[in-house]
Amino acid sequence: MNPAEQRAERRGGASAAPTGGEKPRARGPGGRWLGAAMFLPAILYVVAIIGIPFLLAFLYAVGDVRVGSVGYHFVGLQNFKSVLQSPAFRRSLTNSVIFTVGSQALVIVGAFTLALALRDKFRGRGVVRFLVMLPWVAPVSLGAIGWKWILDSLYSVINWVLVAMHLFRPFDAPQWLGRPTLAMLSVILVHTWHVLPFSTVILLAGLTAIPRDIPEAAAVDGAGFWRTLVHITIPMMRPILNVALLFGIIFTFTDMTVVYILTRGGPYDTTQVVPSLAFFTGILGGDLAEGAAISLFLVPILVVVAYLMLRVAHRAEVT
Amino acid sequence: MAVVETRGLTKVFKQGQLGAVNNVDLVTHEGEFLVFLGPSGSGKTTLLRMIAGLEQPTAGEILIGGAVVNHLTPRERRIAMVFQSYALYPHLSVYNNIAFPLKAQKIKKELHRKKVEWASSLLGIGGLLDRKPRELSGGERQRVALARAIVREPTVFLLDEPLSNLDAKLRASAREELEQFHKRIGTTTIYVTHDQVEAMAMGDRIVVLHQGYVRQIGTPKEVYDDPADTFVATFLGSPPMNLLESGEVIVGFRPEHFLPAERLPEGSRVPLRFRVTYLEFLGAERILYGSLAGSRFEEKEVLSRLPAAVSAAFQVGSVYDFGVASENLRFFDRQSEKRTQPKAIVW
Repeated sequence: MNPAEQRAERRGGASAAPTGGEKPRARGPGGRWLGAAMFLPAILYVVAIIGIPFLLAFLYAVGDVRVGSVGYHFVGLQNFKSVLQSPAFRRSLTNSVIFTVGSQALVIVGAFTLALALRDKFRGRGVVRFLVMLPWVAPVSLGAIGWKWILDSLYSVINWVLVAMHLFRPFDAPQWLGRPTLAMLSVILVHTWHVLPFSTVILLAGLTAIPRDIPEAAAVDGAGFWRTLVHITIPMMRPILNVALLFGIIFTFTDMTVVYILTRGGPYDTTQVVPSLAFFTGILGGDLAEGAAISLFLVPILVVVAYLMLRVAHRAEVT
Repeated sequence: MAVVETRGLTKVFKQGQLGAVNNVDLVTHEGEFLVFLGPSGSGKTTLLRMIAGLEQPTAGEILIGGAVVNHLTPRERRIAMVFQSYALYPHLSVYNNIAFPLKAQKIKKELHRKKVEWASSLLGIGGLLDRKPRELSGGERQRVALARAIVREPTVFLLDEPLSNLDAKLRASAREELEQFHKRIGTTTIYVTHDQVEAMAMGDRIVVLHQGYVRQIGTPKEVYDDPADTFVATFLGSPPMNLLESGEVIVGFRPEHFLPAERLPEGSRVPLRFRVTYLEFLGAERILYGSLAGSRFEEKEVLSRLPAAVSAAFQVGSVYDFGVASENLRFFDRQSEKRTQPKAIVW
């Protein structure tokens, strides 16, 4: 078997067509145009949904467009300069990094633990797997609104429990969304809750791709749980871990749903992230030019992540 | 070194279903090479995995060196196992693969290099220590797996079809190497295979398994010459033993004992007429397919295996005088299919 076929087989044979050694297919008359025609919808879609807005954002960012304004004046890098000088932007950039690093650290550790737990058969595993998937499947706005009530300053069930347990006095319970550190923590935890299932599924797939013989050989060789985990399982999972991590970074760095619903960036911009700042400035604040400039700062970061992702995905196979 | 013993060992995977392993009692001899032989699904691998501690028995006991080890984890049993797939750690170099059991068993670091070098030179892979498993050929991988198994000097060696992933030519030389290797280290070895040639060639004794039951335990000569039942009689030997039903008994004889009448001593032979229907020339021997003619066993299909020394020509469709020496006849009970005393039967 050539490596490509082996890979196809390991992936459950979903792509059974061999990628290597394929013979050039005979083309009928017009076959060249048929191919292009079938490709066209995808290209149109990408151009319309991503290409045009991206171009517009770039044009806005070097102009002076505001909501309701007519005309367009080229202002060069003026907007970028003002963005870089704004403390709100620098703060949101820091917050974005904290938000991403914090939640991804939790997600990778949590998802790996869950994947390990869900790998082995036990009674009710199907139900548990379904429950674990729910936060990802349910609309994030719905879940986040649930969390907003759970963390509410007056009606928080968490605080009600803490008070009932006499850990806090009434009216003195933590203000989950009202204190800078707690608010950041809450936002990170809720986002973690939301993206955890996705990483779990990726890691679970990677874990099941490790041949059963390998951990068994480790057990016979005398390795216990931790040694097998650290020296065998995690190194073998590294490509898959990288994929999960890079996906997670993209999902987190560009996401503003949780922040928007829970805190709107508050208190005092302490949970403001780059995408939400761009939204507040450009859409709600009406300064389209500056909003566009802010969101364009995401591009270099995401390009680097996307490049790494493509490189890693290329090698993303266990063993 | 230690003796492995099982007492009433049983494994039932799903309640209410047939057991994969049923009530197996066996004791290895010190330093012996014991082979578990059986067709696929006979429970030989499950039996091995229970001894290794990778599978929990449903009932029965496993003893290693006289102590019950049922509740012990694989690492506490101090056994070594070579898997069918070799199960090398793909991300580790050959050196680190072989050193892994040493690290896992917290053997002093200073000794690692010496031990790895000892094991790898024993198997002739000293030059491969920096490679990764994917850069090795099938035969080299097998040796790395063996080196990883011996490096910690285990009390018992378990091998699960280690030759089945090799091509035919390599398999013959690897078989010989394994035998030499066992002679040198002298550790009690249990070897699982479905290949009767491997079993006969390598085993000090063979445990023949079928549907989770032990059918016979004996030396290769015993299981071949004196099969305990019709399963063993037909599973071992290629082509298998000829079996003829006669009333309450089944009479059997090996194809190589079914010879032209003139090659058998007059007094003790059972004469049979043989109609040849097909002939296979295999170089060192010929296999004649056909049926008996003109006796109570008219039309019963039998085989004859003639060494090249028998030069007589045979025509497809013709009938010849053949026979079997009576000491080469084996008798089985028709009900139980177990071996019985020789009986006088009407031919």
